[in-house]
Amino acid sequence: MARTRIPLPVLAVASLVLVTTALAFVFFVAPNDANQGFSQRIFYFHVSIAITAYALFAGAAWKALRHLWKRDPRADLESYVFVHQGVIFGTLVLLTGSIWAKISWGRWWLWSSDQLVLFLVLFLFYCAYFMLRFSVDPGPQRANLSAVYALFGVVLIPVSFAAIRLAKDIIHPVVFTLKGPQFGGWILVTYCIAQVAVPVLAYTLYRLELSSKRLDIRLRDLREVLA
Amino acid sequence: MNYVRDVGALTRKDLLLELRARDTLPAMLLFVAAVFVVFHFALPGEPSKLETTGLLWVAILFTALLGLGRAFVPEREQRTLDGLVLAPCDRSAIWLAKSLATLAFLAAAEVVALPLYALFFHHVGGATVAAVLLADLGICAVGTFLGAMAVATRARDLILPLLFLPLAIPIVVGAVGASVVHSPGRYLGFLALYDLLFAVVCWASFEFVVSE
Repeated sequence: MARTRIPLPVLAVASLVLVTTALAFVFFVAPNDANQGFSQRIFYFHVSIAITAYALFAGAAWKALRHLWKRDPRADLESYVFVHQGVIFGTLVLLTGSIWAKISWGRWWLWSSDQLVLFLVLFLFYCAYFMLRFSVDPGPQRANLSAVYALFGVVLIPVSFAAIRLAKDIIHPVVFTLKGPQFGGWILVTYCIAQVAVPVLAYTLYRLELSSKRLDIRLRDLREVLA
Repeated sequence: MNYVRDVGALTRKDLLLELRARDTLPAMLLFVAAVFVVFHFALPGEPSKLETTGLLWVAILFTALLGLGRAFVPEREQRTLDGLVLAPCDRSAIWLAKSLATLAFLAAAEVVALPLYALFFHHVGGATVAAVLLADLGICAVGTFLGAMAVATRARDLILPLLFLPLAIPIVVGAVGASVVHSPGRYLGFLALYDLLFAVVCWASFEFVVSE
């Protein structure tokens, strides 16, 4: 380990404190929304989880690039763990988005919500990543295939987003005029805390999974030596 | 110039193989005709042009999948992929040649499928033909690439549709949009952009798929 990294216990404590603070702010400090009332509070987590999921997928692609380009021996496992965490957070986006849709529009699923549809496409895409990875024997070929597929992901995200936008125009040629949310005061503070807390939590989980996966591999190597 | 010659030789090999074995193209033709008949019964009454256009694209996508699934099968069965990788040519030439051969099969299947669609359902406009041409490029470029990935796995035939369909959603959006709206320029442009973007990505990264 050449790089100095924040120790895992420190990260765990930090994410515990941050997530608790965020929860406290979301439930007790942030004011009720004028239109949607109490339930609008899911927005704080929904949005920060979505941004975190994008960051995790980007991290996976970055590690994939490092594997293909620099032949970094650790990058393959790191890329895989990023995708794994990304899929977990992506699933959370689908769940929280679905709950929000039910509360706001009375339906569990809406094809008119760009964000939800995009995450559904990404969910399908990255689930196929696991199918691909686990039907190849561990080794350089598996690392290469996984890395190339993870790189496809970052190309697919903007292309799919554009496609979903375009698809809406096929039937309803109406341009959505999104009014900027009226951010200010405690709403902004609460959002910022949540937006910091969720990525820190994601990074902690990433490090935790990575260290346990590494331990697993070392253990298996040791067993092979002993056998 | 060498690169073009390599691609030409590899494409000719695949076309010649198909001409002698007749494995893929008849299967694709039969499949697309059967799918149309299934659609007729799946949509009772007089389906609108909007509905049948969507179905046309489903049929094209699945027919393409059938062809793509076969693309690397001869290489696998005869264990010739190792030979191709060892050949003194750029690895991306293998992908380009395979894509061109698959494109030829898909285009041949569509030469029959589009008139058949017009006969069974609704007439086919110029914009749809343009969309078919552009979509074929993207389908074959991405599909061949993923086909090469899929043959390296144990799951093989099972995994190709799973890898391919999420990546094909933008193609479907562009193609359906171009087929049904009055001014298809935006959608055709989007398809062309998709083709260009993914062709570059596939071309640049194919090396890693076939080598260790």
